[in-house]
Amino acid sequence: MSERPDEEMARDETAPGEQSEQDSIVGGVRSYVVGLIAATILTAASFALVQFDIVWGPAVPAALVALAIGQMGVHLVFFLHITTGPDNSNNVLALLFGILIVALVLLGSIWIMGHLNHNLMGPMATP
Amino acid sequence: MTAQTHDPNKLGRSAEPNPDGPAPKRVVVSYGFWIFLLSDFILFACFFAGYAVLKDATAGGPSGKDLFELKLVETETVLLLLSSFACGLAGIATLARDMRWFQIAMAATGLLGAGFLALEAYEFLHLIGEGAGPGRSAFLSAFFALVGCHGLHVLLGMLWLTTIMAQAWAKGLREDILRRILCFSLFWHALDIIWVALFTMVYLMGVRG
Repeated sequence: MSERPDEEMARDETAPGEQSEQDSIVGGVRSYVVGLIAATILTAASFALVQFDIVWGPAVPAALVALAIGQMGVHLVFFLHITTGPDNSNNVLALLFGILIVALVLLGSIWIMGHLNHNLMGPMATP
Repeated sequence: MTAQTHDPNKLGRSAEPNPDGPAPKRVVVSYGFWIFLLSDFILFACFFAGYAVLKDATAGGPSGKDLFELKLVETETVLLLLSSFACGLAGIATLARDMRWFQIAMAATGLLGAGFLALEAYEFLHLIGEGAGPGRSAFLSAFFALVGCHGLHVLLGMLWLTTIMAQAWAKGLREDILRRILCFSLFWHALDIIWVALFTMVYLMGVRG
């Protein structure tokens, strides 16, 4: 067991943020350039949505959320190298649990406090 | 054998110990750091929840629509994105074991991060000068807490970055230094992810009123 090289021992596990072993330098740079271009396009789209009248007004928040989720996905895949590959399942499982807690905290707070505000202020005070 | 008698249906892990042995230290260290980052995301989720709940509690003071300047936020976003990109290139330089490019890329990462921080400091001082400081309303308290918490992370990241550069310079790209570089780049990329949520939820949705 001890004569096995470190690289081979790790073949079914990838550290988060780490490129897979077969990636060359060129492949690594390409991944970051693709990520940068994709992130730039999505960011520009977010800012354009707000500054110019492109999309039907009430749909803008939903579009912004979708673009933000897309951008976070780009960051995770191209910069943090969190992928759906079999060598990455530990990292993805931890991430999914994190997303669950974040969603519970955020949506739960907004939901509960929204109702609280509504009930305390009455129909006159709600904008 | 004893494992099988205690767990005849192999409900736990397989009875055989993992023939590959424990995961290498590089995987264990960065996985642990990944868990820390996810807990940091949860910390930020609490600040985001506080902001979302309080964003209309302006106490008759200015709202986000009156205060936020999108041009400034746009520049901040570009600086942080390029900083993240430079940090990625520094990671690739470590794969090539190229100290010179590593130091250049890390210096670029730090300078872009410093530019981001300078703009954020300018924005904060500008707001406080206008009388829209954190004491003005619950909305502004939540705003300064959330954006300030992210800025504090960037500031600490910059301190960490300089120590990483010095360590790499003094000790070379050894295994333990490479692990620290990996953790740092995870941290830096994670800050950019939080900034995406931040500029979308605070600034872009804020200027729409």
